[in-house]
Order: sequence, then C-alpha cells, then structure tokens
Amino acid sequence: MADIMTNQVTGARTTTMDFKTYGPAVALLLLCVIGFMLNPAFLSEGNITNLLTRSAFIGIIAVGATFVITAGGIDLSVGSMAAVIAGVMIIVMNNSIDTFGTGATTVLIGCGFSILLGLGAGWINGMLTTKGKIEAFIVTLGTMGIFRSLVTYFADGGTLSLNHDVRGTYRPVYYDSILGLPFPVWVFIAVSVAGWILLNRTTFGRYCTAIGSNEAVAKYSAIKVDRIKTWTYVLQGLCVAMATIIYVPRLGSASSSTGVLWELEAIAAVIIGGTVLKGGYGRIGGTIIGALILTTIGNILNFTDVISNYLNGTMQGLIIIVAVLLQRSDWSRRASPKN
Amino acid sequence: MQETISNDVSVLAAERVSKSFGNVPVLFSVSFDICAGEVHALIGENGAGKSTLMKILSGFLETTSGAIRLDGQEISLPPDGQAEALGIVLIHQELNLAEQMTVAENIYLGRELTQHGFINSSEMARRASAMFAEFGLDISPSARISDLSIAQKQMVEIVKAISRNARVLIMDEPTAVLTEAETELFFKQVRKLKAGGTAIVFVSHKLHEVKEIADRVTILRDGQWITTKSVEEFTLDSMAQMMVGRELSDFYPPMNEADVDAEIVLETRNLNTKNLKDISFRLRKGEVLGFAGLIGSGRTELFEAICSLEERQGGAVQVSGKQADFRSPAEARDAGIVYLTKDRKAKGLLMEQGMRPNMTLFALPKFTRRFMLDRAAEQTALERGIRRFDIRARNPNCRTRELSGGNQQKLLLAKIMEAEPRIVIIDEPTRGIDVGTKQQIYHFIAALAAEGMSVVVISSEMPEIIGICHRVLVMRSGRITGELTGDAINENEIVRFAAGLKEERAHG
Repeated sequence: MADIMTNQVTGARTTTMDFKTYGPAVALLLLCVIGFMLNPAFLSEGNITNLLTRSAFIGIIAVGATFVITAGGIDLSVGSMAAVIAGVMIIVMNNSIDTFGTGATTVLIGCGFSILLGLGAGWINGMLTTKGKIEAFIVTLGTMGIFRSLVTYFADGGTLSLNHDVRGTYRPVYYDSILGLPFPVWVFIAVSVAGWILLNRTTFGRYCTAIGSNEAVAKYSAIKVDRIKTWTYVLQGLCVAMATIIYVPRLGSASSSTGVLWELEAIAAVIIGGTVLKGGYGRIGGTIIGALILTTIGNILNFTDVISNYLNGTMQGLIIIVAVLLQRSDWSRRASPKN
Repeated sequence: MQETISNDVSVLAAERVSKSFGNVPVLFSVSFDICAGEVHALIGENGAGKSTLMKILSGFLETTSGAIRLDGQEISLPPDGQAEALGIVLIHQELNLAEQMTVAENIYLGRELTQHGFINSSEMARRASAMFAEFGLDISPSARISDLSIAQKQMVEIVKAISRNARVLIMDEPTAVLTEAETELFFKQVRKLKAGGTAIVFVSHKLHEVKEIADRVTILRDGQWITTKSVEEFTLDSMAQMMVGRELSDFYPPMNEADVDAEIVLETRNLNTKNLKDISFRLRKGEVLGFAGLIGSGRTELFEAICSLEERQGGAVQVSGKQADFRSPAEARDAGIVYLTKDRKAKGLLMEQGMRPNMTLFALPKFTRRFMLDRAAEQTALERGIRRFDIRARNPNCRTRELSGGNQQKLLLAKIMEAEPRIVIIDEPTRGIDVGTKQQIYHFIAALAAEGMSVVVISSEMPEIIGICHRVLVMRSGRITGELTGDAINENEIVRFAAGLKEERAHG
C-alpha cells in the first residue's frame, strides 16, 4: 500500500517542499516591501550595503552553525568564542607593534592567531562532544561560560583597545569596498558559496546530513561519525574566526559585551532558513536569508517610529517562533500518511 | 465454534469497508469480524491493506465508506487511540512504551493511581506485579523499559492492554522480533487471553504461527478481501498461494554445490569480545554459510566485531590470508567485507531521505570526482540498483519510509552491494517482509554466491537457514556449538545445538 500511497504523498510534498524552499525568501521580500513602504530610504544604496555588511558577521557564523546543526549538534559558544578571539587578537597585535611595526604584518599575525584560535576552540568543542561523549548542548554551554569569562579577564573587566595606528592599517577590511561591495560582504559571499558546495556537493556534506538523520545508520554505513562531527565544530570555529577578523576593525575594541547573543542569532538564522534543529536537513541558502531577515528587522525598526527599536528582540523572537511553527506543521503533515 | 459466527456474537466487525487516501483506493469493500474468545489472523503481503484495516478497526483511520459495528451497533470510533476506552486496543509493531519510565509507570500511564492527589507508586507496583504473576511472567514492575528485552516489552504492552480491560486486542506482527522460545511464551499468554474471552486480531508473516495460534484466517491481497475461513481448511502452502495469488514454486533457489576446496576468504581464530568466547571458523569463496542460534547467542556481535562495529578483545581475523584488524567499518568495507544490519529502520536506512542518498551512502567515496559528488554516477547507481534488485517504488523520489518493508530490504541490500564486496554478511535477511519478496531475496543470495561472493546468513528462521545455506554453524551463549553440512542440516539438529542439548568441540 505504501507504493500506492506514494502518489498522494508526493503530491503534498511538492507543494510543501516549494513552500519550504521559498518561504524564507518570500518573507525577506515581504520585509523589504514593508521597509520600503514605511520609508523609501530603506532601499537606498547606502542602506542596502549597510544591511549586507551588518548581516555578514551573523551570516558567516550561521553558515558554520548550519553544518553543526545539520549533523545533529549545537554550538552555543560562538558568541563568546568571537569575543575571546577578538580580545586575544587585539592583545597579540598590540604586542607585535614593537617587533613588526603597525603595518600589514601585525594585522596578518593577528588574523593568523584568530584562525588558529577558532580552529582550536572548535576542535575542543568537537572532541569533548565526540570522544568525551558529552551532549553538545552541555559542552558548548560550558565553553560559552569559559570563553566569556576569559575575555572579561583579559580586558580586566573593561575594554581591550587596538593601537590607533594598527587600527588605521586594519580599517579598510571593514570599511573599504571592492566593485561597490564592502569587503565583509565579499567574505560573506565567499563563505556562503564555499559552504553551499561543501554541504550539497561533497561527501562531507552528505555525511553531515546522514549523521544528523540517524547516527546509527551513519555508523553502519561506514561513516567515521566522530571525525565528521568534530570537523563540523572545527568548521564552526573557522567561521567564527573569519567573522571576528572582519568585526575587529569595525570598532577596534573588544570587551565582555562583544558578541553577546550572537549564538542565538546564528542559530535563529539557521532555523529561520529551514534547517531542522534536530538535524538531518540543512540549507545554506536558507541560512543566508535567515541572517538577512534578522538584520533587516532591526534595520526597519531603526527606520520607523511605529514600533520601538527596543522591541527588536521581540520581533526577532516572533519570527523565529513562526518559522519553526511553519516547519513543524509541514513535518507532521509529511510524516502522518504512513502505512 | 466458527459455524455459529454471525453479527450477534461478533464483538467488532467491519462491513464492506473501503478506504482511499486522496483518490488512491487502498481497501475495497472489505468485511471482517472478530468474536469473543477467538484469534482471527489477518494475513497478506506487504501493502495488501492489513495495516489500514487494523487502523480502521481501532479508530486510527476513518473509513471512506462502509460501517464499523461494536457489539452489533453501528459506531463511529473515536480517533487517536481513544477507542481504548471502548476496550479496543491496537498494539503497534513499533511498541509505544516510554523507554525511560518503569514498567509499572508505563502500565498506568495516563491513569495513574493517586492517593490524596499524589501518585501512589507502591499500589501501582503491587497491582502490576499481581498481573504479571497471573500471567506467569517474570518482569519486575520497577524495571526500566529500556532494560527489558523486546519480548518482555511486548508482554508489558499486552499486560497494559489487559489492565485497560481490552475486549479486542489487535496486534501488528507481535512475533516479528521474537525468538521461537519467546514466541511460545507469547502464545501461551495469547491462549490464556482467548480462554478469558478476549477477541484477538493477529497479524503475522509467519504462516506456521498463524496455523498454530489462529482459529480463523482472513486473507487480503491488493486491498481486496480474498477469503475468510477456519484455519483447519488451510495448509501452509494454500495460505501462501492465496496471499501471493500465484504458485510459489521454487521457493528456495537451487543450491549450487559448494566447492570444498575453494580458497578460504575469511577466517577467525579464538576471537573474543565481551560476550563471545574463542570463536573460530572459516568461510570459503562462493559459500553460503548460515549462522543459527537463539537471539542473543552472539551471532550479530561476532560479525559486528569483525567489521569493527563492536569492540574486539583478542583473537585473530584473516581476510584472504591477510591479517584483518579493521579500525573502522570503512576499512572493513575497503577490504571487501560488509555487514548488512537486521535493523533496517534504526541502523540500515535513512527513513526520511530519498532512495538515492541511501543507495550511495555506504560506498560514497566511490561517487566522488575531484572532491565533488558525482551526481550522475549516483543516479546511474540508483537505476542499476532498482533494476538489479527489483525495487518497486511508485515514484523514484519518494522517501524511504514510504517504501514497503520488502522494498526497503532490497534497497538496503543494493546499498551494501554498491561497495562491491567479496564477503557479505546478511543479518536476518527477511525479517518482517512478505513471502514473495522473501523468495526474491533468497534468489539474490544464491546468485551472489554463484558469482563467487561469499555470503554469511544470520537467521532465526530455520526454514531459510535450511533452504539456502551450504553449511550451518550454530551458536549458543557466545560460542559456536555445532557445525552442520549437507543433509545433516535440519531443524532438529539446529535446535539441539542452539538449545545446548548437543555440543561438539571441534569445528571450523
């Protein structure tokens, strides 16, 4: 009978798949229309580039989070990780001035440290989850606290500031444009494309999906489950490091309030984009749109007096809940006709 | 007793029930009734409409047309299992127990006994243990469900149903995962219930069990009612034939003589694991080697240990004369030895994914070109697998869970074969699949062996072990206790080795 029923099931599925695929994009489009109606300046070139640049941090981190979540994990430590990486980067660069001056070398050393720290922090999260056999939620809740307190400690409770001259050298990484697009947007695009290929066109991506769908099946399919899972956290760390590299020149400082709640925004972007929180189904394209949606909401609230800017979190929260509600009704409808 | 059946005595009856999903009809005017103190078996191939009929009888599905009568009165059953209040209980194939709660908590789930507003655990435990005692079951009410064997869980489900005063008990393949001994125990309980006046609907693919336990048998085929007769009027063959609708000749494929001088492709010497003691055996090229024994005798563990799915503690394994200490299942796969799990839903296939990603998952490195997945090659593999193993899906893009059990098993077989192994270990090759597909799988296995592949078949079904294996090793409590070849392979001998009535020291 399952065979006979396939037709009907597929019929329902085509429409829901379409909704699933295009839903977030439609929502973003709708937001843009609303933004434009409230204030035509919303669609000005300046605002659009601003919006894209601001989306880049969360977007890049969220691309990494898509892999972790697709493989059935979760990483709560990304916000604190960004903060501690930013802090250490600034300390390293400030201390390199005596040896290497205030030029590009110092900045590159800082960036190199950032990448190493990101990879290392991700590796620790991954190993504790796989070899340590601790729930990812617990592991990253722990490292979240550790990273946050470390940056507070490094900054001695205050703010770590980058040397003024180095800041001058580093500044273009956030503020300059190539071909009309700011540099962070280019990084965002590059990370997105690489992420999309990795998830959809390589064995690694397929293995992430398989592990998130059913770890036992993955194990019995000769997949090195622990190794792949660890790699997702390392990849997440790398993404955090890259986001930090383009974030530091924006303010040139780091403090205990750097990157607060980024983990939630990143996870929200992933979920809004249609990736399933329990794993097994991931969409990079959706994640990117999710990140854009989150930034757009904040941006629109800045543009209008209808809703207080302080309600930004409320709007984001509502969007997340609605997105998941839509996702769930969709899943249960697909799951119910079972013989 | 059967002669007196009419609507007056049937507890629950479906009259000319039809059911369509959307515009796809799956049941065509089927009538079915069940009397107090009767076991009524419902049989048919996968996809014949058994599950749909059971769900209609228990209120989980509504009919498209036709009537349901309870005690002769036409009734519309409440949905979502609320029919339990009317005494109609459906026990699903996938047991619905809360794994982390205790036996007593599960039995009283949703109607906990309370005293002054607090849960009265001791009273629940006392009553549960009284019920178990009545059935002669040795299950502690304070045990966690996750610590019980599948057979015990099944018993808990039944006791739970009885404790809710079930008058009609509908059981979907309750014996599919039970050993023969467990099945006997289970049937003892069923007979007790029957004597107590419970009406029982029993669904099974195991026809000899139907013959043993049922009073009446109803056969469905392609959603049509074929016949309802007293069990005495059937033979095993006639049941199988009416289910399939054609002659089942050559149920088992002709067996090629095994070449006793063929090279040895797999050999273990004194292999040990947590539960295995000194396992030594040899497998030859082109051989179909059966592993018989009770569930829990260590057959699965043995081969999982060889393929590095399970930890090994000493001993030697050689594949084609070379030391084979695989550190991962991937290494075993690359050395040409693959294990096909008996648990296709939990360990074998990604149920929420389509057929293509499942088909290529096991041998995925083979499907890469310049670090990218070669989707064209994947598509070719899917088409090849569908053709080779006759996988039938209405739509090649459907999700795996929408396939029937038999087609899932064929997909799993195709998936494993994508790795082009030389040695394939198939654990319970035909669990929970219909007669027609069973026959196909036996022919596939014979064909693989004829091509020079070595096949290990782990099975708890005696007839298939006897029907397809050149040689049989019997295991008991983590040891190989006997070896049978040729005409010596018979049920009697296997049971004696498996039950420990007989044991030989030298084997291999």
